[in-house]
Amino acid sequence: MSTPSVAGIDPRGPRFTAAVTSAVLAAVLLLAPRPAAVVLLAVQTGLFAWGAALGVQRTPLAWLFRTVVRPRLDGPAVLEHPTPPRFAQVVGLAFAVVGLVGFSIGADALGFVAVGMALAAALLNAVTGFCLGCEMYLLALRLRRRHPPAVASAQTPATATSTTGDPAEHVQTTVS
Amino acid sequence: MTGLLVLVGVALFVAVVAWRRSRTDGRVAQRSGTAPAGGAAAVGVLDGTPWAGALGDRATLVQFSSAFCAPCRATRVVLADVAAEADGVVHLEIDAEQHLDVVRALKVLRTPTTLVLDRDGVERGRATGAPSRDQVKHSLSLIK
Repeated sequence: MSTPSVAGIDPRGPRFTAAVTSAVLAAVLLLAPRPAAVVLLAVQTGLFAWGAALGVQRTPLAWLFRTVVRPRLDGPAVLEHPTPPRFAQVVGLAFAVVGLVGFSIGADALGFVAVGMALAAALLNAVTGFCLGCEMYLLALRLRRRHPPAVASAQTPATATSTTGDPAEHVQTTVS
Repeated sequence: MTGLLVLVGVALFVAVVAWRRSRTDGRVAQRSGTAPAGGAAAVGVLDGTPWAGALGDRATLVQFSSAFCAPCRATRVVLADVAAEADGVVHLEIDAEQHLDVVRALKVLRTPTTLVLDRDGVERGRATGAPSRDQVKHSLSLIK
């Protein structure tokens, strides 16, 4: 059976993708700043963009995981929501684009730093399942909205509703 | 050559982070529940928030979640289960993105973060990452 896209995805799929991504980015670091590295990084950038646009479960690597890797594994213990790993692809895409620009315009230091950071996130995901981009998301939110303009927040009904909302709707009552 | 150095540096960084994480992730750090001096009423961490009146009679498990958070799902199942099994224990889930003021006030840096509150709403334990069922039960057993 293929991975259901609504109910959740096998969390080992994104980790497989992260492992392949790590290998590609490591090769980019070893080959840089030669043209081969730029070509390889361009391919990886395309894969990040694919995952970011369509979701991690609809990429060539996800297809490879489903057809070759997953049939050899036991069923997954839990299914995972596809949104967090998709967000991680967006973060990877941002680093890859910066790296690509860096190596393309001869700013090799920028390229090495950007690819190194993308590799750190991908490797951490592959080894521990930990999503660095997902954690950075909350930290970025905390910083960005530290001093929200009073006018803007007053004009946003959604914000007002959520902060004064009925706490009962947040109470977890379902037991699954 | 530069690439090799960056590669080694990244590998070391990842190894250190993975090692630290394996030691701390999901572990409930206990805090001593000392009564405030002078017999003053205890100050609950949710006082002044929409959840101030939603505390459990004995304890409350407060989970901070966000949309881009894979382990939040597993945490929700564990905490809801434990709360359903134990008398007087309530599981509250707070969307961190919608309540950044509470997130900052309580110094929540990651999701999922779970706070174990006593009946007065005083923080008695805290876990970042998905806590295990046994860890949560043990933390609750320390609260009378």
